[in-house]
Amino acid sequence: MTGSAPAPGPGPVPAALLAEVRAAPERIGVLFPAVARVAGRGPVRPADRDDPADPADPDGLLAPRIEDRARVALLLAAARAARWPAARLAEETAALYRFGDADEKRAVLHALDPLDRPDGRAGEGAEPGAEPLGDAGLPLVADALRTNDPRLLAAALGPYAARRLPAPAWRQAVLKCLFTGVPLAAVAGWEGRADGELARMVADYAAERQAAGRSVPPDARRILALFPRPE
Amino acid sequence: MRIFDPHIHMTSRTTDDYEAMYAAGVRAVTEPSFWLGQPRTGPGSFRDYFDALVGWERFRAAQFGIRHHCTIALNPKEANDPDCRPVLDFLPRYLAKDGVVAVGETGFDSMTDEEEEVFRRHLGLADEHGLPVLVHTPHRDKAAGTRRTLELVAASGLPPERVLVDHLNETTVAMVADSGCWMGFSIYPDTKMDEHRMVRILAERGLDRMIVNSAADWGRSDPLKTARTGEAMRRAGFTEDDVDRVLWRNPVEFYGQSGRLLLDDGEPDTTAGTAPAPSPSPSATFAGNSVLRGTRPDTAA
Repeated sequence: MTGSAPAPGPGPVPAALLAEVRAAPERIGVLFPAVARVAGRGPVRPADRDDPADPADPDGLLAPRIEDRARVALLLAAARAARWPAARLAEETAALYRFGDADEKRAVLHALDPLDRPDGRAGEGAEPGAEPLGDAGLPLVADALRTNDPRLLAAALGPYAARRLPAPAWRQAVLKCLFTGVPLAAVAGWEGRADGELARMVADYAAERQAAGRSVPPDARRILALFPRPE
Repeated sequence: MRIFDPHIHMTSRTTDDYEAMYAAGVRAVTEPSFWLGQPRTGPGSFRDYFDALVGWERFRAAQFGIRHHCTIALNPKEANDPDCRPVLDFLPRYLAKDGVVAVGETGFDSMTDEEEEVFRRHLGLADEHGLPVLVHTPHRDKAAGTRRTLELVAASGLPPERVLVDHLNETTVAMVADSGCWMGFSIYPDTKMDEHRMVRILAERGLDRMIVNSAADWGRSDPLKTARTGEAMRRAGFTEDDVDRVLWRNPVEFYGQSGRLLLDDGEPDTTAGTAPAPSPSPSATFAGNSVLRGTRPDTAA
């Protein structure tokens, strides 16, 4: 994913629904689960394709789906309209995640990055009326990373995790992607964050697979290629 | 024969049941939330249950070619437990979800004030969320419970066609027919109603607003009772179209009022009742878990 906040103006959510959540942000708990029935669902058509779905990414591992984008936009609209302080924002976000099914959880994970930088620029503070989420989303990321659901793993490893997840947890998560088949391309900023310790872990993993007579995933080789070791 | 079982507790059933149901023509079900035999100790237990109804069970059914929907409520029996009452606070979050096609099961178990209060709350929630209501009628004092049910429905202002009053028999069907509510019948091996009595009721009263279910759960029950009723209807001279109306179109019409059925449109399924269940896909997983054992694909290869 790009991690950019939804564009203003004609966006992924019908105007009437946005107006409803702005008028009563506390209703986000019932509007958020229901949003796909109004905004639609499915993969977003890549700009260079005519067919509606991206066959290479049916589960939205690489790009948020239509309903993900709509839910992110809805949550951002609620947070901004309500001018929730950080603690309340954290509480509402966590409740949407905890009560959410896998689709809703995935959308909350995608929302962490824009909620953490409400003005769209990381590290430069918040626009009036919306406090940044801060580290309060990390327990949700940790929960998603405990699952074996590729859709949640991929969504958890967006720009928010790239920025805030402590290194040991981030390395474990990348390794889990190799185990579960989540493409490295879904991990935001992996090239910048990969370090020698991750390379060691991946090298051990590759050695284990080779010892078992199994192939080494190309994504593992891509990480190793960043840290060439003298033989 | 294509079948929509509008009331069946699949969390209590096995994959053998799913296969047999598919083979008998079942292509869609609604699983009402209810009690589990073992009393729950608090709201967290309900959350896990509701999560399973909209999550794992829907996936499990899909692996056997069956569309799974559910209804959500604090059931009448546990409405009496003050420890479970906080469930009402988070019902709206679940009533907003896809595939939740009604509020239910609600209604009476022992006809207490607590049950009545929760029932009223549920009727209000149905109005708020644009959902139909599935009403359980009590095993004990059924006629009085059904009468009070209809009074509360009338007082709620909900249109009667949004309400299905379930577990009826010969003594309670007339008052529900007169109310304009839908009439539900649970076909059981021993109690409540059997398929032959059911056919007599259909012959006497017609097919309008008539709903037949197996209500199969963790007790002695039979998930194929819907199909058995269809067969009994044929033997009694009802047409294929009559059977289709009772076992498919009626429940689709009732739950369709939610706007949240997860059915494929259009084409009747010509294999219904003749084909074996599809084999679960070896690569399909729900949250990384599959219904198969020991045959996980090697995704990392």
